[in-house]
Amino acid sequence: MSYREQYEMVCGVETHVEMATKTKIFCGCSTEFGQGQNTQVCPGCLGLPGTLPVLNREAVNLAIKAGLALNCKIAEFTKFDRKNYFYPDLSKNYQTSQFDRPICENGWLEINVAGEKKRIGITRAHMEEDAGKLVHSGETITTSNSSGVDYNRAGMPLLEIVSEPDMRTVDEVVAYLEGLIQVMEYAGISDCKLEQGSVRFDINVSLRKRGSKEFGTRTETKNLNSFSSVRRCLEYEIERQAELLESGEEVIQETRTWDEGKGVTLSLRSKEDAPDYRYFPEPNLPPILIDKEWVEKIKATMPELPMAKRERLESLGLSEYDAVVLTATKAMGDYFDQALEKFDDAKTLANWMMGDLSALLKTNLCSFADSPVAPQQLATLLTLIQKGNISGKIAKTVLEEIYNTGKNPEIIIKEKGLAQISDECQLEKIVLEVISSNPKSVSDYQAGKKNAIGFLVGQVMKATKGQANPGLVNKLLKERLSKE
Amino acid sequence: MKHVAHLARLKLNEAEIDLYTLQMNSILEYAARLQYIDTSNIEPTTHAVQLYNVMRDDEVKVSLPQNQVLANAPEAEDGFFQVPRIV
Amino acid sequence: MKTINKSLDGLHSMLVNKEISCTELTKAFIKQMHCCEPRIQAFLATSEDTALMRAAEVDKKIANNESIGPLEGLPAGLKDNICMQGIPTTCGSHMLESFISLYDATVTKRLKDAGAIVLGKLNLDEFAMGSTTESSAFHPTYNPWDLERVPGGSSGGSAAAVSACEVAYSLGSDTGGSIRQPASFCGVVGLKPTYGRVSRYGVVAVASSLDQVGILSKTVRDNAQVLNAIAGYDPQDSTSITANIPDYTQFLENNVKGLKIGVPKEFFSQELTTDKAEVINKALETLEQLGAEIEECSLPHMKYAMAAYYIIAMAEASSELACFDGVRYGHRAEANDMIEMFKNTRAEGFGQEVKRRIMLGTYVLSSGHYEDYYLKAQKVRTLIKEDFNQVFSKYDALLGPTNPQTAPKIGESSDPLAVYLEDIFTIPANLAGLPALSIPAGFVQGLPFGMQLIGKHFDEGLLYRIAYTFEQNTDHHHQVPVLLREVN
Repeated sequence: MSYREQYEMVCGVETHVEMATKTKIFCGCSTEFGQGQNTQVCPGCLGLPGTLPVLNREAVNLAIKAGLALNCKIAEFTKFDRKNYFYPDLSKNYQTSQFDRPICENGWLEINVAGEKKRIGITRAHMEEDAGKLVHSGETITTSNSSGVDYNRAGMPLLEIVSEPDMRTVDEVVAYLEGLIQVMEYAGISDCKLEQGSVRFDINVSLRKRGSKEFGTRTETKNLNSFSSVRRCLEYEIERQAELLESGEEVIQETRTWDEGKGVTLSLRSKEDAPDYRYFPEPNLPPILIDKEWVEKIKATMPELPMAKRERLESLGLSEYDAVVLTATKAMGDYFDQALEKFDDAKTLANWMMGDLSALLKTNLCSFADSPVAPQQLATLLTLIQKGNISGKIAKTVLEEIYNTGKNPEIIIKEKGLAQISDECQLEKIVLEVISSNPKSVSDYQAGKKNAIGFLVGQVMKATKGQANPGLVNKLLKERLSKE
Repeated sequence: MKHVAHLARLKLNEAEIDLYTLQMNSILEYAARLQYIDTSNIEPTTHAVQLYNVMRDDEVKVSLPQNQVLANAPEAEDGFFQVPRIV
Repeated sequence: MKTINKSLDGLHSMLVNKEISCTELTKAFIKQMHCCEPRIQAFLATSEDTALMRAAEVDKKIANNESIGPLEGLPAGLKDNICMQGIPTTCGSHMLESFISLYDATVTKRLKDAGAIVLGKLNLDEFAMGSTTESSAFHPTYNPWDLERVPGGSSGGSAAAVSACEVAYSLGSDTGGSIRQPASFCGVVGLKPTYGRVSRYGVVAVASSLDQVGILSKTVRDNAQVLNAIAGYDPQDSTSITANIPDYTQFLENNVKGLKIGVPKEFFSQELTTDKAEVINKALETLEQLGAEIEECSLPHMKYAMAAYYIIAMAEASSELACFDGVRYGHRAEANDMIEMFKNTRAEGFGQEVKRRIMLGTYVLSSGHYEDYYLKAQKVRTLIKEDFNQVFSKYDALLGPTNPQTAPKIGESSDPLAVYLEDIFTIPANLAGLPALSIPAGFVQGLPFGMQLIGKHFDEGLLYRIAYTFEQNTDHHHQVPVLLREVN
């Protein structure tokens, strides 16, 4: 599909992030993922008559923290409202959310697309409860004759983060989402497990003629849960809207749904059917006053955020690219810092993490979060290379061995006898043997073909199973050959 | 009236619609007296007794066993509440 | 009948002095219930077996010379919108005919903890929406003072059962007068406590910002004793108040000297006929003779209270009752798809009054109407609260009639607006969250008529003191309905 050059895309995103509390937002049920259907449910989750909500303080703390991480103004007064609509996954048929007094407003997030930095505005972020989950008897909602409802997810604490319509390219949208997830993960707001549905995106997109100041009619596509779906959905929706506009038709303001299998967006309901949510203040929850002291307390717990971390890594001499890769996930960033405490050559550490260790983890479908090679073990390994105890090549073998056995590098080296041979007497003997059994190379060298020494070094390394100290071998060979 | 009934998810017959329209009109007519009061500088009251910052600690409590969760269900299967086709 | 027509203290001392066993006492109440129920129909469900089991336990304690609390072993009734684990909570609606509560309401738990014996669940207007108990989906309840008349509502079963001596006391709920008005009609004492004084957890909400659980009893002292048991902070109700609860019986002194009682002139509007105004005026004279300072005052925005109240109550009700959809519990109608299922379920499950209120509540919240109705009503609510602040800066309590009428005949109330207007004196206290107490003030043509005391927030104690003094100096509360004279 091709992007029609004469149109500019305007996109804003609403992101629902499940906050990392131990319990739901209005009751004490556990938020643990993956439990049996309807087992993390109490009378409140079921909307049983007579039940009342009690707000989880930690959800408010995390919302404040998220607001601070997104450079928002934290409201001094905030409250909950009921959003009334009927749906079987909504146990009370209203969602407790925040309407006109959200907890966070007016923030921004900086993104970097191909070296160009841009601030994306954050309109607001508010707390709300999640709904339950529908499991359809057929393949999709439209082909099912019945559905099952599981209320485990009902009442999970969500933060809905609404961006300004500031994004103009698909890459910007993806960069914004990646950046947002990164900040949420770093600040400890959410574990951001996209595959578990703990983050969901609603994409608002419209087109306008380049140069135009007015916004076109937008559509909202709901409930996307991966960056690739967002990308494909946007590309599809841009193409669809461009075709409509070019053929003189109008884009209808409506809510659409993304069909992952078919790769298309489908109309869910038009603006005329737009629900009338009849918001009103939740009488069962007193409002929240947030004073400076509370905000300062949360601020004090704020860890280093990705942007600051990248700047710090660059100040250690790493390239912008390295800094971006190393901070891509919080786990990788933390890993780097922990290893750096024991091994201070940032560049070498970065190379090993981004090179051999990443490759090893990737082959085993493992991540830095649960890497069997501990940061301290990597640091020790790199120190051993630095000291000349082992060669870089042997180190790769040792790394794999750490991965497989979890043993410390020194032990592996000792057990396997992998330590570098730096004993001159021991090497002298092997050097002499190699010289005597390779007369051709010796004469080549002496005839001025200095490259021939490489072959001889290789032979010594071969004879020592790679454990000989290559520098020392070189030196001994040169000494011998010039004597002969 | 039909729109309101739809929002409220109530199936009403024509007679009910006529009756409710009549009764609602008389109640709303009575309520119209509120429009004569100047409330431009008045804050709304949403709570009879105003409290703030009522919150609980993030501590897990025991949930209900699944059979109890489903005990009142009009229709349940495999641990799920069953509902008819949604669209 | 003589045995059981006693105050809680009287019943308690019989148990303690072993004049009667708890089992015998419980049986006596059950017998009374069996005698009265065919004519009164206050109960929707009874739990005689569990009651007798509990009674046997109390007897064991007494036999072992263990001390028992003031409510222990004494029979109570719960309005059927108050949840009790393992038994139905119907709210007087077909919607919940088959619903079994999975948990105890906080007030239920507190009564159980106090050793109360729950004899059953009491009738109410469907979802507490009404003032006659006629809108119960199951049957009406009859006023023990005149079986052709309603007991009032919505806590009509709770008031009638106490009046007919079927229980020693009962709990009800009051959103706009639902405890006080039936208390007035049935000649008993009814308290709506300060909003937040008693937990609402487990009491089926109809308008969360107005609902409050309260007590119907034979005497003021009984009422205070029950409030001792059920009042207090509940971490499960975010609107419940953390402040310490006094022992309410300590306020019960026979003395009103120097107390300033304001009488809002709006309570003596055209709605109140002369004969009823006379009853109240006589009560005021009594209190004045006892040393209280009585003075006329004004609540200028009271004429707007009714309109504001119904908008707020119905708006909240439309949302509170949305959970009844046939998915998780309660009635479900046959249907081909989800929306039809929702609509049919609610059409079949709810009665006329409930549907009417849901419709009106949905309308006033809907797009384009919110500001004119709901927001406006909430602002007027502020003005009404301010009126009360004004008068309470001058007076210790307010006094007036509980309601404009005595109990009407069954079937007499048909025009909804006219029925709503009956609540005109009770709703201001709900809007402002104030405690209000109705006690028997006298009789009009043989029917009981109540007077209402309204106090400052958390000032239940003072209301009890005034009411107690009045009670000690009059004999209205000693009168018993004709029916009781007949059944014994």
